[in-house]
Amino acid sequence: MLIKKPSDILPSEITSETNYLNRRQFIRAGAIAGGAAFAPGALGALVPDQRGAVLPDVGKSPLSTDEDLNSYEDITTYNNFYEFGTGKDDPYRNAQDFEPRPWTITVDGHAEKTGSFHFDDFIKPFDLEERIYRLRCVEAWSMVVPWVGISLAEVVKSLKPTSKAKYVAFETLHDPVRMPGQRRRVLDWPYREGLTIEEATNDLSILAVGIYGKVIPNQNGAPIRLVVPWKYGFKSIKSIVRISFTERRPRTSWNMSAPQEYGFYANVNPDVDHPRWSQANERRIGAGLFTPRQPTQMFNGYGEQVAHLYKGLDLRRNY
Amino acid sequence: MISQKQLRFVVKPIVFVACLLPAALIVTDTFGLTGSLGANPIEEILDRFGILGIQFILIALAVTPLRQLTGWTQLARFRRMLGLFAFFYVFMHFLTWLVLDRGLAWQDILEDIVKRPFITIGMIALVLLIAMAATSFNRLRQRMGRRWQKLHCSVYAVGVLGVWHYWWQVKADALEPAIYASILTALLGYRVYKRRKRRNPREAVLATQ
Repeated sequence: MLIKKPSDILPSEITSETNYLNRRQFIRAGAIAGGAAFAPGALGALVPDQRGAVLPDVGKSPLSTDEDLNSYEDITTYNNFYEFGTGKDDPYRNAQDFEPRPWTITVDGHAEKTGSFHFDDFIKPFDLEERIYRLRCVEAWSMVVPWVGISLAEVVKSLKPTSKAKYVAFETLHDPVRMPGQRRRVLDWPYREGLTIEEATNDLSILAVGIYGKVIPNQNGAPIRLVVPWKYGFKSIKSIVRISFTERRPRTSWNMSAPQEYGFYANVNPDVDHPRWSQANERRIGAGLFTPRQPTQMFNGYGEQVAHLYKGLDLRRNY
Repeated sequence: MISQKQLRFVVKPIVFVACLLPAALIVTDTFGLTGSLGANPIEEILDRFGILGIQFILIALAVTPLRQLTGWTQLARFRRMLGLFAFFYVFMHFLTWLVLDRGLAWQDILEDIVKRPFITIGMIALVLLIAMAATSFNRLRQRMGRRWQKLHCSVYAVGVLGVWHYWWQVKADALEPAIYASILTALLGYRVYKRRKRRNPREAVLATQ
C-alpha cells in the first residue's frame, strides 16, 4: 500500500474551507428560521441551464490537489466521448448543438428511493464543491481538472440503497439523433459503467456538473457525469441518465468491448500494463514538446483514500 | 505526353514540393502559424507523420496499376520519388516516437519494440524501408540486378505491416485503418490478378467473367 502524506493541501485552502462552511451554516440557519429549509432553491446545488454560466455557492475541498491546472481549452477540446465521435476533438466539434435539458435521471434497483428525477431536483439537496483532481486516461496521458460537483456518497445515501445493493451501475444517454457518434456501433450503446457500493461511497467519488466554476460543457459530459480520480478516465461515465443499485456486478462498456484489455476495476496502476502499451508513465497534457513523460502513481496518487478498498485483492488479475 | 524536359524541370519539382507540404504544415502548426496541433501536440505530430507514411506507401503502390490502366507510361518516373517520401514520413514518425514521445529513454524503447507486437511490426516495416531507400540509387540498382527487384518487392510487406501497425493500436474505432486496408487490398489484388493473367491468360479471362 502506498502511504502518502496529503502534501496536496495548501493551508490557504483549509482556511477558505472553514470560511465557506461558516457561510453555508449561516445560510442554512437563515433558511430554517424562515421555515423554508427544503423549499426549492433555498439551499443546495443550483445549476443554471445556460452554457458556461458561473455556478453559485461552490465550496472548496481538502481533497483538491495544488498541481498546476490544465487550461480550460485543453480540458474542453481534448476529450474521449465516443458518443460525439472517436477523434479527440470530435466531442468539442460535435457536441455544440447538444441540449442537456430537460434531463431526467432514473434511479432503479435495490434502493428505497427509486424513480425518475428532473436533473434540478436530483442535485438540489446537495452542496456544490470544487474538486481539483488528476485525471489519468488509460491511453497514458493525464490532466489536472478543477471539477465542480456533488458528493456521490451523499447522493447514494439519500437514495437509501438496501442491503442487497452491492454495486452502483450508471448509463449514459442513448440518443443517436442528439449524439451522432452513436449512429455507428463503435461500442455497444448505451455506454455503461459501474462501481462497487464501497467505491461509490468513497469520499473521492463525485458527480460533476461543472469545470472551472462554470457549467460543465457538453463535450465533458453535461449535465452530470461521474468522476472517480483513482481509476482510468473511461470509468468516469458522462451524461448520466440512469443509476441502478444492483446485487451483481454490472456489465461495463470497455470491458464488454475488450475484456482482456479493460477490467471492471480499472484502477490506475503503473505495474499492470495495458496489453498493448505500458502504464508505467504518462504524458501530462499541456507540458512542453520536450518535457519527458512522468511516472504514473499507484491509484493515481489517491492510495491514501482508496487503497483500503482493495485489500487482499490481486490487482494484477483484477485490473 | 509531356516532354522529357518539362517532366524533369517543371512537373517533378512541383510534385516534390507538393509532397513536402504536409510536413511543412506540421512545422507551421507547431509554431501556431497555420493552425494548431491541439492539446496533445506530440501525439498529433506522431499520428500525422504515421498516417502520411501509410498514405505515401499506398500512393507509391498505386503508380504501377495507374500506369498500366491509363497507359500513361511517364508515371513510372515518379515511383522512386513517391517511395522515398513514404520512407521520409515513416522515418519522421519513428523519430517523433523516439525523441518526443519516448524522450530517448532507451530502456523503455527496447522494451516497447520487444514487448509490444504493434511496435515490433512497425520496426520491421521501417527496417525494410531503410533498406529500400538506401538502395534506391541508379548505380546500386544496376549493380544489384535481380536482387534489387527482390528487395524492393518488400514494399508489399511494408504496406501490409504498416496498415496492420495502425489497425493494431486503435482502441475501438477501426474505420480509418479499414479504409486503408481496403485500398491496400485493391492495390495488391490487382497485382495478383495481373500475375495470374500473365501465367495463364485463359484462366484469367474466365475469372473476370
